[in-house]
Amino acid sequence: MKIKVNGEAYETEQHTLSGLLEEMKVRSERVAVEVNLKVIKRADVADYRINEGDVIEVVNFVGGGDGR
Amino acid sequence: MEDKLIVRGIEFKSRLWVGTGKYKDFEETAKAVEASGADVVTVAVRRVNITDRKSENLLDYIDPKKYKILPNTAGCYNVEDALRYSRLAREAGVSDMIKLEVIGDERTLFPDTIGLLKATEELAKEGFIVFPYTNDDPIMAKRLENAGAAAVMPLGAPIGSGLGIRNPFNIKIIIEAAKVPVLVDAGVGTASDAAIAMELGCDAVLINTAIADAKDPIAMAEAMKYAVLAGRLSFKAGRMGKKLYATASSPFDGMI
Repeated sequence: MKIKVNGEAYETEQHTLSGLLEEMKVRSERVAVEVNLKVIKRADVADYRINEGDVIEVVNFVGGGDGR
Repeated sequence: MEDKLIVRGIEFKSRLWVGTGKYKDFEETAKAVEASGADVVTVAVRRVNITDRKSENLLDYIDPKKYKILPNTAGCYNVEDALRYSRLAREAGVSDMIKLEVIGDERTLFPDTIGLLKATEELAKEGFIVFPYTNDDPIMAKRLENAGAAAVMPLGAPIGSGLGIRNPFNIKIIIEAAKVPVLVDAGVGTASDAAIAMELGCDAVLINTAIADAKDPIAMAEAMKYAVLAGRLSFKAGRMGKKLYATASSPFDGMI
């Protein structure tokens, strides 16, 4: 299945967000996920189904103060 | 009586809040945060690097159980982006607190206060505890308060400029009029600037660059801790009045 993750083309056999995060070695408790511009509630990430062509953003906290 | 800062029922141990940007590495960040005595640290929301997975993460060094994590919307130049980042931050974090920035211009990083007001209104409706980064404009501060901001964060000077509190009189007016806490965010360059902000009656200050860009960030973090404490105590103590001429502080009685 072809999807887009953080702006890059990505191919996966996973069908849920939790499966995808695990495949990408991303610790799910430290990130937030958006699918097709919809922010996924933390509690829904585990079972959230992903589909061909989904545009996914995975973000986390980095050092920052203000601006940029 | 203890002099604790409380915002929306959340109790804060320190009146110094610190950012986590611009440090050499995570280790230095952690040491500076520790030395500052802050219990609030601000962070930014950015894409996870999925092609080059580093094992280390900021939160491995800044324990979210020990510190209150305050995500910001730095880098957002319109309302839609600020809302999007805020909603993501809420899901990535553990609280509803958001340091809301809607930046109006790349060169000055001054806030777009019209966008800021709209975003504050919307996020407050969604249950966020909104800390908007705003101008030193008393009218806008009041508008933000009325829109549901939990506190207001006027700038002392442009972000990262280190120019100090450029308009102490406006900051004073904001504080006098505000029913919510006022935190100076941006502009503090050195310890005396932080003390001045607190002496004006600010509830707290947020500092990043002045610590991170100091020659010795860890020592400066400690200096800021004492400056904020001293400034707060000085404000509470109430300064003497200013007089044009001298007033002797030794008695006349007993002179030969």
